[in-house]
Amino acid sequence: MKKNILILLGLLSTSWVMASGGGSYMGEKAHTNIRSVDSLRNGAKTFMNYCMGCHSMNFQRYNRVAEDLGLTEDEMMESLVLTNAKFSDKMEIAMTPDQGNKWFGKAPPDLTVIAKARGVDWLYNFLINFYVDPTTPTGWNNLTFENASMPHILWELQGIRTAEFEVHQDEKGNEHKEFKSFETVQAGLMSEQEYKDTVRDLVNFLDYSAEPAKLIRMSYAPWVLIFLAVFTLLAYLLKVNYFRDVH
Amino acid sequence: MGKIASSSNKGGSGIMGWVNDRLPVTQFYKDHLSEYYAPKNFNFWYFFGSLALLVLVNQILTGIWLTMHYKPDAAQAFGMVEYIMRDVPWGWLIRYLHTTGASAFFIVIYFHMFRGLLYGSYKKPRELVWLIGMVIYLALMAEAFMGYVLPWGNMSYWGAKVITQLFGAVPFVGDSLVEWVRGDYLISDATLNRFFALHVVALPLVIVALVVVHIAALHAVGSNNPEGVDIKKHKDENGKPLDGIPFHPYYTVKDIFGVGVFLLIFLFIVFVKPDMGGLFLEHDNYVPANPAVTPEHIKPVWYFTPFYAMLRAVPDMQMGALIMLLAIVVLFFLPWLDRSPVKSIRYRRWPYKLMLGLFAVAFVILGWLGMQGATELYKLMAQVLTAYYFFYFIWLFIYSRNEKYHEVPERIEDH
Amino acid sequence: MTDNVNKSRRTLLLSTGAVGVVGAGFAAVPFLKSWLPSERAKAAGGPVKVDISKVESGQMLNVLWRGQPVFLVNRTDKQTAVLESLNDRLKDPNSESSVQPGYIDNIYRARKQNFLVVVGICTHLGCSPKYYPDLVPQQFDSEWKGGFFCPCHSSRFDISGRVFAGSPASRNLDIPPYTYLDDNTIEIGNDGEQA
Repeated sequence: MKKNILILLGLLSTSWVMASGGGSYMGEKAHTNIRSVDSLRNGAKTFMNYCMGCHSMNFQRYNRVAEDLGLTEDEMMESLVLTNAKFSDKMEIAMTPDQGNKWFGKAPPDLTVIAKARGVDWLYNFLINFYVDPTTPTGWNNLTFENASMPHILWELQGIRTAEFEVHQDEKGNEHKEFKSFETVQAGLMSEQEYKDTVRDLVNFLDYSAEPAKLIRMSYAPWVLIFLAVFTLLAYLLKVNYFRDVH
Repeated sequence: MGKIASSSNKGGSGIMGWVNDRLPVTQFYKDHLSEYYAPKNFNFWYFFGSLALLVLVNQILTGIWLTMHYKPDAAQAFGMVEYIMRDVPWGWLIRYLHTTGASAFFIVIYFHMFRGLLYGSYKKPRELVWLIGMVIYLALMAEAFMGYVLPWGNMSYWGAKVITQLFGAVPFVGDSLVEWVRGDYLISDATLNRFFALHVVALPLVIVALVVVHIAALHAVGSNNPEGVDIKKHKDENGKPLDGIPFHPYYTVKDIFGVGVFLLIFLFIVFVKPDMGGLFLEHDNYVPANPAVTPEHIKPVWYFTPFYAMLRAVPDMQMGALIMLLAIVVLFFLPWLDRSPVKSIRYRRWPYKLMLGLFAVAFVILGWLGMQGATELYKLMAQVLTAYYFFYFIWLFIYSRNEKYHEVPERIEDH
Repeated sequence: MTDNVNKSRRTLLLSTGAVGVVGAGFAAVPFLKSWLPSERAKAAGGPVKVDISKVESGQMLNVLWRGQPVFLVNRTDKQTAVLESLNDRLKDPNSESSVQPGYIDNIYRARKQNFLVVVGICTHLGCSPKYYPDLVPQQFDSEWKGGFFCPCHSSRFDISGRVFAGSPASRNLDIPPYTYLDDNTIEIGNDGEQA
């Protein structure tokens, strides 16, 4: 029993420690627009070209993506599907989680609902804030997610950057690193704005994938509410009518 | 048949007569609707009873439909939810109705309970109504907790772990009890399966049965009202309360209006903001259950957070669990802790109004604190508010003995 | 209560009730529609591609489409030659009341004369008939000219899946939608562009 109590106290206190930790850099908002089909198509393309090497989208089907993004089967299969999957297949990858654990130490997570778990702003900042750091196993580090186990997959597009930090000492003598600026070592294929737009589209696609029904429910919402408003108004008039009897 | 029916011609004629002679349907309808006299002065606080019933029906219907598509299998459960959200036609709506319904249930119930506090609805002769209501509240908490485990997200997993760990606080048998509840050395497939069975069969049966008893107990003594006046004291020559109106059509019509307003808000959330910014559906629960990685913030869904804040406020786990339990148990004794003869807050004086107001505020702030990562300041606040929570009941017990109050009118006056 | 109140009350009751009933109707739709085949079921029941290059003349291949057996038979000329002569013994020789795509209407009941694609489910009570290819007398039919025989209730079908008179089954075997992707590949469940 004592052991259990210790475990529980441990669980309760981790949440306290973690909360005071922090330190994830969130410089910009993502400003995604899930209604922009072009952005979603562009994001889908980036996802399938760069992310699907390691990350699956196990709960999403190609045909659903095609339908929601207004693509025909042929367009979808020719331009976006890089594996030999069928149109109605889920967006699975060949690497199993066990293999992932063996090869990368930690299997790359499935990304179907990652936007629900992390939020679009976090994903956006994560993908634009990579820098070179020779001290990490991957050679990359990240301002938003320190010591992330994922290397910078999009480096070709963004280019290679280092980060400058200023080290402060507080009154207790503890050192704090403060981010100053990025230094470009090698230019990427894209300008900074082009790269950010690409990432924004990618994050937009992840946001859509986390909940394809979002497109449907948002389009139903006004009609449902207008209908209910009419019903409620009638019900109110009826109630007023009846309560004229009550004195 | 005709002879027997006509010889005891109580139930009327025709098909209804035939039925009524065997099962008094018409009498039941009269007793509980068309000739159930409710006080004429119900205000908006009185919508929440019928709304709770509406949400219960919603949960049962959508719940039945969700079980048609879900499998309680630790290897599949997380994917089943996404299957419902994507592959099942309209599955997303049915699931959001259910998840939003869970939160709506507690919102409605908390308002419903606070109405009881405002107008003294727990007092004689309605003590049993209150007690049964409290048991429903407990059953509802168990139901909600187990339902929360089913999507098998990481917060489901660790929430289940922390809550089942609380059984370890029971003296002597704690450890074995925890294993017994889990059916394993950890939260596992076995746990998921039993929680599923309890969530979809056992507890709904209990809750529905208790709701029937709750309403039967209420209708036996009649409804209270914002004035806290007993309408049965003054009846007309036919035995109808002078300040009462038949529940049907008056309050059915009024409740339908209440349903409309409620649905406007409810469906707005379902269609526009079903996650409620992580309040109704938590971000960490979109990460599959992982026994190796604890979410950064372990916290229950908002409706449990006041009690969770109390648990965390106490630096000793056994004491914390006890305090949390006591916070609920003390509510059971409310009818006997409040010794004032006056029911409605309208005729009680400022000390009571102030203290009850603070009590409500304390509960809400505790709920907020329970969602925060606790800093020293928050922890201190939680301790102060927990102390106040209990102090309120002690104060009430002493204060209400010789409480001064305004004179309560005999009848409900027209406004 | 005056007549006026009464009248407006009735109007309001009717209109609120009507809107409420319509609303309940809308609310029922998601619940009813959620019973339709899900995307998973549709994916599993999608078209099936079959390589028929290895089906020798006279042989039958049995594949599953939507969880039911589909027979693909490479008929011999001998088998198809007798089809016309059987017409008198059949219930529906021209397949007028059969379940089959519009592009299947002759007695061969196939896109290519020699190659039969048919759902291997007896139209009587759903057993799967057996393939008896040889034109030799059988216990169940002394004048057997090749075809399918259902062991459950002795329904007999010719090599085009047409039901013989005297069988409990009343309809010819169903033909699924299918198309030739190329000479050696058939896709079942897909009408193709010619449809």
